[in-house]
Amino acid sequence: MVRYIIKRFIVSIITVWILVTLTFFLVRALPGDPFLSEKITPEIKANMMRYYGLDKPLPVQYATYMSNLLKGDMGYSLRYKNRTVNAIIADAFPASAELGIRSLIFSVTVGLILGIIAALNHNKGWDYASMVIAVIGVSVPSFIVGALIQYLFGIKWKILPVAQWKSFAHTIMPTFALGLGTLALIARLMRTSMLEVVGQDYIKTAKAKGLSPFQVTVKHQIRNAILPVVTVMGPLVATLLTGTFVVEQIFAIPGLGRHYVLSIQNLDYTMVMGLTIFYGAFLVFMNFLVDIAYGLVDPRIRVGK
Amino acid sequence: MEAKKLIEVKDLKKYFHVGGGGVLKAVDDLNFFIREGETLGLVGESGCGKSTAGRTIIRLYDATGGEVLFDGMNVHKLDKNKAKEFTKKAQMIFQDPYASLDPRMTVGDIIGEGIDIHNLYKGKERMERIYELLATVGLNREHANRFPHEFSGGQRQRIGIARALAVEPQFIVCDEPISALDVSIQAQVVNLLIKLQHEKKLTYLFIAHDLSMVKHISDRVGVMYLGTLVELASSTELYKRPIHPYTQALMSAIPIADPDVERSRKRILLEGDVPSPINPPPGCRFKARCRYATDICSKEMPEFREIGKDHFVACHNV
Repeated sequence: MVRYIIKRFIVSIITVWILVTLTFFLVRALPGDPFLSEKITPEIKANMMRYYGLDKPLPVQYATYMSNLLKGDMGYSLRYKNRTVNAIIADAFPASAELGIRSLIFSVTVGLILGIIAALNHNKGWDYASMVIAVIGVSVPSFIVGALIQYLFGIKWKILPVAQWKSFAHTIMPTFALGLGTLALIARLMRTSMLEVVGQDYIKTAKAKGLSPFQVTVKHQIRNAILPVVTVMGPLVATLLTGTFVVEQIFAIPGLGRHYVLSIQNLDYTMVMGLTIFYGAFLVFMNFLVDIAYGLVDPRIRVGK
Repeated sequence: MEAKKLIEVKDLKKYFHVGGGGVLKAVDDLNFFIREGETLGLVGESGCGKSTAGRTIIRLYDATGGEVLFDGMNVHKLDKNKAKEFTKKAQMIFQDPYASLDPRMTVGDIIGEGIDIHNLYKGKERMERIYELLATVGLNREHANRFPHEFSGGQRQRIGIARALAVEPQFIVCDEPISALDVSIQAQVVNLLIKLQHEKKLTYLFIAHDLSMVKHISDRVGVMYLGTLVELASSTELYKRPIHPYTQALMSAIPIADPDVERSRKRILLEGDVPSPINPPPGCRFKARCRYATDICSKEMPEFREIGKDHFVACHNV
């Protein structure tokens, strides 16, 4: 198990390094530079380029950036005066993370319950109802759901606050809009997986042992069926946290999404880099956790592989 | 002194509804009994309803009609407590030792679960019991902490047997317990089953399609064709003097371990395929492939009657 973790960890580090390197060169390969503005004279621009070290050759810039990054320093934003990328992320991430975690809890619990209910009532009313919800959830993008519920609950019926991020009531609609797609995915996955497991012989064995239907479902069926869901959890967590861009815009939430979109528009090199590394490392870390969790949940994967 | 009848199956029916209003008659009017302590073999080709019959008898499936009497009580009409008690008395060994053990549980837990459910032993006694069961089936106590995937097919089937024995049953349905195993392992497992039967006075319903293996283990053998028994007799009688044309054809297919005799062995080859069990036509199920078939065969289902001592046949032309 320890060897397995170490191996996974090394692979994760290499993945992040490749990501950093690719982003570094790609973002600089984009046409234009961060100081495109008619008000900026060539002299000022040259000054600024020198100030931020952008006049040096690319390999030198890369070396400097990497050595700073290893110290945990992602540099100053080129757009916001005197603010480090680290500070901006520290400032904005909590809102994004909160939204993401809320959506995650919402989508996992409701998704699993829907999937289980659907599978236990295979080809009956509950099954169809759950799957209709799931199909809607998968196919309707979050910005449409967001805008729609914002209009209905916020403007027309005035039940919930239209936007912003202040109280629990403010969080309900964004959480729903963001989590619906994931919920649908989990529900469908869980249903399929449950149906697959129910046909297995060991379920018959469990019944033959004399277990009640409830015990068979909980101890054998759900425990085995949840494995594929655990697998997709890592990427899903990352999707939920990064997928906040659009939802944050709709509900005017002061999170990271806004910064990401703006930084690309402005060619704010350090900001793009910082956010990409942050999200990328996060995604890789989540996959790393899932790999370990998988080993814990499924004894077959653990053994010396 | 004749032993009492432990299991009595009377007109047992199990139908499955298939798409388009079709009814698949997997088991149709099955009649037989099993005496206490004996082994009844059930043979027949794939899809003839052997496994369905076995599963219906121990209540894994609900019966569509007819009844199964265990020690005089109808197992399909039990209340919740009695039903649980029945699972303690009647157990099943499954065909596929790879699929029938929960991959996420240790062998100890797989065996122990039945003990827990029926509150048989607790704590230290429970572990002792698990070790004892492992020893009974020829495994050792270290195996209790391992997972099923760490075992070979033969060992897994031993685990399946230990699991079935855990609740100290009287009756075990062996649903093709050896067909997924290597030939060299088959004999070991069958001999283990025979040994356990003597030690624990077990009653077996042994489902298989390997005719020589069935003869080896069974006291009496029933031959199934398309959901119903066509012949039932003691194994020596059935193998020596098969009456039903289907049984005759089956028996002629057994290879003989003597090259001279084997060369002169005459096979009765059946024409055509097994008809579909979905909405079968009236009359004898075997008529389409029977060379003795007459008019009455397509009109009436032949009665399953006793023609000699303990020898039952369902054929109009006997």
